Amino acid sequence: MANYILKRLVYAVPVLLGITIIVFLIMAAIPGDPATAILGSYATPENVEKLNRDLGLDKPLVQRYLIWLVNMLGGDFGRSFSLNRPVLDEILERFAATLVLAGTSFVLCSLAGILAGTVSAARQYGAADRLITFTVLIGISVPSFFLGMMMILLFAVKLRWLPVSGMYAIYGGGDLPDLLAHLVMPALALSAVATGVIARLARSAVLEVLRQDYIRTARAKGLGETRVIAGHALRAAMVSIIPVLGIQAGFVLSGAVYIEMVFQWPGVGRMLVEAILKRDILLVQGGVVFVAGCYVLFNIAVDVAQSLLDPRIRT
Amino acid sequence: MRLFLGLLFRNRLAAVGAVVLAAILLFVLAIPVLPLADPNITETGKRFLLPFGEGHWLGTDHLGRDLLSRLLHGTRLSLAVGFAAAFVAATIGSAIGIVAGYFGGLVDNIVMRGVDMLMAFPYILLALAIVAALGPGLMNALVAVAAVNIPFFARNIRGVTVSLAHREFIDAARLSGMGHGRILASELLPNVLPVIVIAMSTTIGWMILETAGLSFLGLGSQPPQADLGSMLGEARAALITSPHTSVVPGVMIFLIVMSINLLGDGIRDALDPRLRSGALDRPAAMTRIDRRSPPPGAPAAPPLLALQDLQTRFHVGKRVYKAVNEVSLHLAKGECLGLVGESGSGKSVTALSVMGLVASPPGVITGGAVRLDGEDVLGFSRSRLRSARGDRVAYIFQDPLGTLHPLHTIENQLVEAIRAHRSVPHAEARARALELLDAVRIPNAGARLPAYPHELSGGMRQRVGIAMALANDPDIIIADEPTTALDVTVQAQILALLDELRRERGLAIVFITHDFGVVAQLCDRVAVMYAGRIVEEGPTAAVLATPAHPYTRRLIACVPELGEGRRELAAIAGLPPVVDRLPDGCAFAPRCDKAADACRRGEIRLAGEGTRRVRCIHPEHPEETV
Repeated sequence: MANYILKRLVYAVPVLLGITIIVFLIMAAIPGDPATAILGSYATPENVEKLNRDLGLDKPLVQRYLIWLVNMLGGDFGRSFSLNRPVLDEILERFAATLVLAGTSFVLCSLAGILAGTVSAARQYGAADRLITFTVLIGISVPSFFLGMMMILLFAVKLRWLPVSGMYAIYGGGDLPDLLAHLVMPALALSAVATGVIARLARSAVLEVLRQDYIRTARAKGLGETRVIAGHALRAAMVSIIPVLGIQAGFVLSGAVYIEMVFQWPGVGRMLVEAILKRDILLVQGGVVFVAGCYVLFNIAVDVAQSLLDPRIRT
Repeated sequence: MRLFLGLLFRNRLAAVGAVVLAAILLFVLAIPVLPLADPNITETGKRFLLPFGEGHWLGTDHLGRDLLSRLLHGTRLSLAVGFAAAFVAATIGSAIGIVAGYFGGLVDNIVMRGVDMLMAFPYILLALAIVAALGPGLMNALVAVAAVNIPFFARNIRGVTVSLAHREFIDAARLSGMGHGRILASELLPNVLPVIVIAMSTTIGWMILETAGLSFLGLGSQPPQADLGSMLGEARAALITSPHTSVVPGVMIFLIVMSINLLGDGIRDALDPRLRSGALDRPAAMTRIDRRSPPPGAPAAPPLLALQDLQTRFHVGKRVYKAVNEVSLHLAKGECLGLVGESGSGKSVTALSVMGLVASPPGVITGGAVRLDGEDVLGFSRSRLRSARGDRVAYIFQDPLGTLHPLHTIENQLVEAIRAHRSVPHAEARARALELLDAVRIPNAGARLPAYPHELSGGMRQRVGIAMALANDPDIIIADEPTTALDVTVQAQILALLDELRRERGLAIVFITHDFGVVAQLCDRVAVMYAGRIVEEGPTAAVLATPAHPYTRRLIACVPELGEGRRELAAIAGLPPVVDRLPDGCAFAPRCDKAADACRRGEIRLAGEGTRRVRCIHPEHPEETV
């Protein structure tokens, strides 16, 4: 097992390097002069030149990349000019908030999606199946940011059950119940689409497995139907569901950008959008690499979970 | 094409999607002729007018601009950008995929590693990075969304191309001297195109959503130009005071994406033949029972197991396959009955019908009775049937790799079988499992308990299958070709084991096989099935010595005998009939060398004296074969 994890980590190194290269190349392709972008078009040529030298932009591309990479490995992601603080500090603070939101949504959509899909498959063509299929169809078609806005109107404005936005109340908040109250709506809105996608996939995966011979064996043994579905069919279907959970985690992370804007959630997605609008390149660059790197590591965890589940791929 | 459209519209939801999308497109195309206000004329005196007011059907926005006009213009822009992004992504992605898949080797390797890298990003990070580099703007958003989706197309299309690149028609084109370019364009592309269409139809809604999303964030279309996303983004500031300005564009995005999704699902279903045939139906917990007439009464002295005029059919589309046609059998305590026939003769379906294990859909039991100690099993409730399965009647199936659960240990599977019928603690069930493995002569049984099925040999797996059948000391074991998947020496061991267990435990066995050699070793009595019916029945020795039905005689002749190498092995010419259109009279007549006109007319009954019965007008005479 340890061997397997180690192997996966080693394989991740080129992927992580590739990510830094892609991000670096995209950023290096910026038309115009970053220093001018930072200083504005009224900057004196001397100032532009000085900033370019400070940022290391006068050096050749490869050298710039290597300097950036080595600095990052040492924890130095540069300094955000718009916030005037180290990029990494800002990212870590914001990423924690995103993790709370996206993590909750991921758990929600995995549980709800698998449950709905399994019930749907077990009751194929029945009322529950039709209801779930219909709900799923709506769920995957509604833009998450629109859903979030409508939830605010209903639950925060009309019914006054939940706070409108933010992560904590401005006065007197800060404890766990306060966080949970603020988390309910954004987490639900964020998980809607992924729940639908996972439910669809789980349904067809369970249907596929239910036709296998070992399901007939389980029934011939005299097992109850709940046990046949949950213990045998779903267990085998998880082998094809888990990789999709890994992919959906990426979609949840992506959707978090919109949801953070709608609910004023102080996460890394909102940070990125604001940084783009302010043309704070170092912050964008660092944020993208950091989050993408975390996602790669998360997918290794998914692979490990997969191998725990399926003894046939454990090597 | 007409078939395709027919299939598409048979799917009602897809038709709804098509109609909604067509209506939206119609409105958008009619913009030049509709009497709309200019979408960009601001009128601060008329801000946030409510819908259905005079002059502004959908009201006005925060600058007093006509919402209906802005909605239609925004929809046009969103659709155009979404479709353009999808088209660009599909074209570039497919081109990359086709080239990588067709040329293979190093090109493929390099391209696909790059694609893997791009797919390692959560998509929005890549899109944000591109927009950050190019700057906010609708065209840049389009480029970002298209770029993010290129890897998806590249990977999908490459997969399809790889499977096509080594097919005969491509080789033929290559041998006929066609250049790579022509092969790609005229041979490969037409075959890959349906896959591209499916991929596009399933992602286009997504791309419209993504571009709307970027605009919503303020990174797409810039004011005063507005697509649906930026309309929603601008309206957000007034969400609480004037919700209608948000609802209008939001609902439109929802309608567009939903109708495209519905249509996309419809296209996929229509193009994917696997889904077309309804092959994804799952079998229910028990076979559907739909008896047209009341079951026959119980016999006076009921045997352990009796099948009475059992009928099982498969309803596939409009066709009805009569897999089991009025089969009657009986089995006494401790007896071993062989059920023999070619594949497709209905013997397995007969066996599975006993405990309602025939897959439904498509299987339906349409008549007759299965009596266990005189009680009608087909009339059992679900829970009663469940408690009889495995406890009173247990099964051993053919292929032990497919019939054991691949992800559960042997211990789990045995313990589970025991605890399904007895509420004993796990430790006790485990001890019992160990005994069972010993009983089926698995060496070093304790070490096998934590193993998974794929870690055992075929013979060992089948022993586990037998142990599982024995778990609850059943009265009857139904063994459905338990040795067919094994090699000959293992086969002999398994047969010997079954015979021993039967004598030790007084088990009654129904043994299903196509091999008369196996029957001779094991069975007291034998019944021969052909095309869903019993054609001959009797004590094994008598049937083997003097087969009465021509089919039985020829089945016996198929068995090679050691030391008689000179005898010709006689395969039976022809194939068994398809059981949805059975001929009148004897089903074997087309393959029988003794068939006369009378054989092809009317019903031939299963008749005979004592223990022997045959369904034939011209039975073989013992004198002939001697």
